[in-house]
Amino acid sequence: MAKNKSLGRWLISGPPLLYLLIFFAIPTLIMAFAAFRFPGDYGGLLPLIDINPDTGKNELLIHAGNWQEYLTFENFSRFFEDSIYVELFIKSFWYAGITTLVCLLMAYPLAWLIARSPKKYRDLLILLVILPFWSNFLIRVYAWMIILGPQGYFAMTINQGLALLGIAPIQLMYSHFAVIVVLVYVHLPFMVLPLYANLEKHDVALLDAAQDLGASGWQRFWKITWPLSLPGVWAGSALVFIPALGMFAVPDLLGGTDGMMIGNLIKQQFLDSRDWPFGSVLSIMLTLAVLMMAGLGMLIGRGKQRNAL
Amino acid sequence: MHSKQSKWLWAAAIFVYGFLYVPLIIVVAYSFNDSKLNAEWVGFTFKWYGLLIHNEQMLVAARNSLIIAVVTSFCATVLGTLAGLAMHKYKLRVLPILVLTPIAIPEILMGVALLIFFVMLNMTLGMVSVTLAHIAFCIGFVAIVVRSRLQGMDEALVEAARDLGATPIQAFRLVTMPLIMPGIIAGALMAFTLSIDDFVITFFTAGAGASTLPLQIYSMIRIAVTPEVNAISTLLMLLTLTLILIASKVAPSALRAK
Repeated sequence: MAKNKSLGRWLISGPPLLYLLIFFAIPTLIMAFAAFRFPGDYGGLLPLIDINPDTGKNELLIHAGNWQEYLTFENFSRFFEDSIYVELFIKSFWYAGITTLVCLLMAYPLAWLIARSPKKYRDLLILLVILPFWSNFLIRVYAWMIILGPQGYFAMTINQGLALLGIAPIQLMYSHFAVIVVLVYVHLPFMVLPLYANLEKHDVALLDAAQDLGASGWQRFWKITWPLSLPGVWAGSALVFIPALGMFAVPDLLGGTDGMMIGNLIKQQFLDSRDWPFGSVLSIMLTLAVLMMAGLGMLIGRGKQRNAL
Repeated sequence: MHSKQSKWLWAAAIFVYGFLYVPLIIVVAYSFNDSKLNAEWVGFTFKWYGLLIHNEQMLVAARNSLIIAVVTSFCATVLGTLAGLAMHKYKLRVLPILVLTPIAIPEILMGVALLIFFVMLNMTLGMVSVTLAHIAFCIGFVAIVVRSRLQGMDEALVEAARDLGATPIQAFRLVTMPLIMPGIIAGALMAFTLSIDDFVITFFTAGAGASTLPLQIYSMIRIAVTPEVNAISTLLMLLTLTLILIASKVAPSALRAK
């Protein structure tokens, strides 16, 4: 019996475990290691294994005597020496944070309404939220390039309105505003779905009981619905904040020179200047930042949940 | 009191729905506009669609995208369902970390890590590397959907079946499986969309070997905003819309909340 159990356990967990070890864990460790290496002559990484011209065989070039020619901390000190990198991180956090907040404010009433509407309409209403999410990510970005573009009706109307007030026309494209609107737009369903999944499970009897006991609408929300929905709030926030933090396509297409985020710099290092070691340093920093935020979110989430009970 | 509250809620909801749909409607509308610019409405035309049909690059990209998405969806659903089951059933340490971190970190990180990995293995970047990468990031999404379905399941049902004499396998097949099926189907659909939609990881792992629709669209909109992009976008939206409708017919329960 015990043997059967552990066999079943391996049969179930083994395949995904193996796959993710090979195609996620090992590549990530290799990348972390790459942060300590030197860039190659033609970009990429300086090889550690190469063909020895004397023997014609592949040989490990690095050994105890010469490791300093192959391993370095320079890439890390470069990150901290120039403040532009840290500033770029802060700016990206700011973008992702505002995006998360706006998503939460927009998604909560909607998720609540769907969860409380008659059962037969819920599927349709939630499907209507998911549908745009099913359309390609770049199409959704592109749609806003049309809207915010200087020739678009929206931008023209706004500028005509501003002109009436005697204010000079503004450019909507290539601005912080454009980046945040589009970040919200592409991530909004990620916030609605976990919130809805959570709110839908709430026992309405709790709210009725509170009402019978004289709680106002606001009290019922703040004392019952909100604390109970916190797992959904944290799940949704994580699902929005983290991808938004590492985004590079949106700032690339809509942000202009001023709207760059960490993702753009990482992409630059890997594909344009081909400095893989420094690109890896930036990636490690981004990973650490994300882990820190996730850990923080989990701690707060857990604490609040406990207080609510 | 109650009706006033719901009036505000409805207003907020309609605003959000408008926010979600108006941009996409604009894309579709301009795909029929007889002007090179996405600005003034000039007249109705199909010519942008005509241009697409003869765009060889676009057709190849579409084919690549579909192949990758189908293979990814299948593999990720199998592996993700196993992962979801394992995480629900057993107290595991490593698996949940491996399953959840690819989701918990920005896509670009996985993209660059896999780029280094594939280049180190001397693999030619192309369809295979893209598919392998897609499966890796889709497993977690499927696993989460399946696991949350399992968590929402009343354990008493399985216990009742066991009390009534069902073997563990019977209890799984007759009770657990039908209950989590909507989760599995939802996970498969999710993996398909994530794959066909993916730009970032594909961007890093595709090399010059394989262009997908997102890569094609990206290179087009970087250069100029043309109605041809509106046309391909409209077609893509039509495809995904059809897929969802088929899915909801095949597995109505997948889209039903409970």
